[in-house]
Amino acid sequence: MGKVNIVGTLSSGNWRRILSKQEFGVFLILLLLVGSLSLYTDTFLTPTNIFNVLRAFSWIAISAFGQCMVIITGGIDLSVGSVMGLSGLVTAMLLVQGVHIPVAVLAGLLVGLIIGFLNGLMITAGKLPPFIATLGSLLMARGLCYGLSGGWPVRDLPLAFRNLGQYDLPIGNVGVPLPLIFMIILALVTSAFLSRTVWGYRIYALGGNETATALSGINTNRVKRMVYSLCGLLAAVGGILMTARLGVAAPTAAQGYELDVIAAAVVGGTSLKGGEGTILGVLIGAAIMQVLRNGLVLIGVSAYWLQAVQGLVIVVAIMLDQVRKRRR
Amino acid sequence: MSGEIVLRMEGISKAFPGVQALDNVDFEAAAGEVVALVGENGAGKSTLMKILCGAYRKDRGRIILDGREIEIENPYHAQRLGIAIIYQEFNLTPNQSVAANIFMAREPRSPGIGRWLNLVDRHRMEREARQYLDRVGARISPSSLVRDLSVAQQQMVEVAKALAVNARIIIMDEPTSALGEDEVEFLFRIIGTLKEQGLTVIFISHRLEEVFRVADRVVVLRDGRRVGNMPIQETTPEQVIRLMVGRELTEMFRKRKVEIGPPLLEVRGLTRRGVVHDVSFTLHRGEILGVAGLVGAGRTEMARLLFGVDRKDRGAILIEGKPVEIHSPVDAVAAGLGLVPEDRGLQGLVLSLSVRENIVLPTLDQHARAGWVNRLSVRQTAQEYVEKLNIRTPHLGQQAMYLSGGNQQKVVLAKWLASRPKVLIMDEPTRGIDVGAKAEVHALMSQLAQSGMGIIMISSELPEILGMSDRILVMHEGRVAAILDRAEATQEVIMAYASGEKRQT
Repeated sequence: MGKVNIVGTLSSGNWRRILSKQEFGVFLILLLLVGSLSLYTDTFLTPTNIFNVLRAFSWIAISAFGQCMVIITGGIDLSVGSVMGLSGLVTAMLLVQGVHIPVAVLAGLLVGLIIGFLNGLMITAGKLPPFIATLGSLLMARGLCYGLSGGWPVRDLPLAFRNLGQYDLPIGNVGVPLPLIFMIILALVTSAFLSRTVWGYRIYALGGNETATALSGINTNRVKRMVYSLCGLLAAVGGILMTARLGVAAPTAAQGYELDVIAAAVVGGTSLKGGEGTILGVLIGAAIMQVLRNGLVLIGVSAYWLQAVQGLVIVVAIMLDQVRKRRR
Repeated sequence: MSGEIVLRMEGISKAFPGVQALDNVDFEAAAGEVVALVGENGAGKSTLMKILCGAYRKDRGRIILDGREIEIENPYHAQRLGIAIIYQEFNLTPNQSVAANIFMAREPRSPGIGRWLNLVDRHRMEREARQYLDRVGARISPSSLVRDLSVAQQQMVEVAKALAVNARIIIMDEPTSALGEDEVEFLFRIIGTLKEQGLTVIFISHRLEEVFRVADRVVVLRDGRRVGNMPIQETTPEQVIRLMVGRELTEMFRKRKVEIGPPLLEVRGLTRRGVVHDVSFTLHRGEILGVAGLVGAGRTEMARLLFGVDRKDRGAILIEGKPVEIHSPVDAVAAGLGLVPEDRGLQGLVLSLSVRENIVLPTLDQHARAGWVNRLSVRQTAQEYVEKLNIRTPHLGQQAMYLSGGNQQKVVLAKWLASRPKVLIMDEPTRGIDVGAKAEVHALMSQLAQSGMGIIMISSELPEILGMSDRILVMHEGRVAAILDRAEATQEVIMAYASGEKRQT
């Protein structure tokens, strides 16, 4: 390295660096999907459809940002689906009671933060494996959804709230969905948080080698509590945006979404062994999953086949990633 | 007592990258004989035994068993040849019964249709297990679970397991290191029984008192060569120690003369039950305190207590005369301690992070304002230490896993130097790194002492201890056996204290 590139073209070394980038492989898969869908259907590459895809994947992506951080530390958070559902539900219930929108939204966010913090507490102070602790809170949070709502969906949410998920911000002559803008802002913020702050450094260090990190005088338990808290908070953001978009908060909302969220992170190159992963990768991973969902419908494949294809894509994406790593 | 020679190893050599672990070693053992194999850490004892039991392949040499030359392919093959090894760490499955462990992978099948279904004949298995347990004189029920047994009982199960595969040569690697005194007595009785039954026992031990009690013959290895092979009656512990260490001090390890300053770190009565007992010492400014002792003497454990990794039961730590409470590595770093741990890859470095990130890990806060990392300052600091320590890396962003061992160790050193500790604890600072890097690390330690730092250096290499230390703390079984001045210390004296031959009163 250190070679000066006089000609101004990419030298072979630079090419290799780009090719070995974690995000590159999955980005190719995304391009491939988008490319073939644009060729085979004339409905995919329309502004309406593209924005639909972007809107629908934004809350999964936002939750996946938090999940990504958790997975980088070597953990897992299974409770995100339930947290999305519960925080949306709490916000909705407060809204129909006539509580002001900012207060209701804040309350919903607080619910996510608290559950996340409790997850962190169970894992650090309670010494539970992350899988068990968050499996417990998955069930508890979902139970709260049913208990609080009595099983009935909460309807008739105020328009101003629904706009959070449904409004299209006119930029130039296209309407950009508001959730998409939130997602882009949060992507930039979390990405900077991970790569530029002391906390981000510690998150990667913790996931890379917990013993060495602790022996460097870093309070690893504090890092974990923070990461799970943030994961809960981001899941709440996703859940509230989803509720606003749907205009209704069902107690079953976002059920099973934890798997979509984990899949987005993992397909995006976040290593379950910890220490590796980027927000850009997660973004691409989430996009792949959503394009797939949308594309299969457009092609006319029955929705019943969707999960099988998703499963296949996850497995293939991870396998390709393994091959890339071994080559290095 | 001993019968005919059953095992003869001739001219065994084995090299690992960078070291000649064994160089033309001869070894023989007779039926009904107990042979003790002794030597310093790294003398080649384990390597020789691993070749015998098929875990390593020899580079050169011949192994003759019962007069026939054999080639030991793998551990399973060794087992079929009647060679069994009992490691310090037992190979038992804790959640299965004693009988199931004794017959691991060879469980008797039930008769009739049971054979086709692969059903285990548990009654027969337990009945036969009891016979083997009786042969070692162990009163353990074959149906009890291994996890409910004491360490000594588990060892008996290991011996019974060896008998069950018809082993005729049983190798015991430091069998007494985990046992209490009574249990050691019992083990010796078992060894006596095996001997009467005509079995050969090869006994690897650091503890010379035990060697002289139980062995018929002692073989001494040093630096991969056999330097002694004597019937036990014809030798003395003093002679064995001399043979074990007899090595010239090289000028390579030399601490520069440094003015020893006032006390920096005082440790009083540091204790963790069963591991470290009542360790007290004082470390001065500019001083290197060498910590010597055999494997398992509690040196690393003592360092972990000091650094707050493990919780101490008792003891006080004073830095510059003021008591400090250290309950975690966070406290230790805040109090001005640094730890270069024993294992670089597992404890010292985050291998997946870059050289740059590893160097600033303990001092991140100093490179950040409101949590925002100043990347320029990080890069400058990393660059400074890479140059200062002569770390050879293509660039600062290189992942630590791609550096050589010596350069990795220098990165660990760099990260602690950047945090400017008052006291640096170094556990085996030069293990497994090449000669050049070793000299650089030693020169650096001299420099640090000169700048007023206090260094605690744990090392298993006596020349390093003798060359680098101002004073030497020798540990034996978790206690301070002696604190020696460099002037009065020799390899023989240190080994005598470390092996429990001598005790300072």
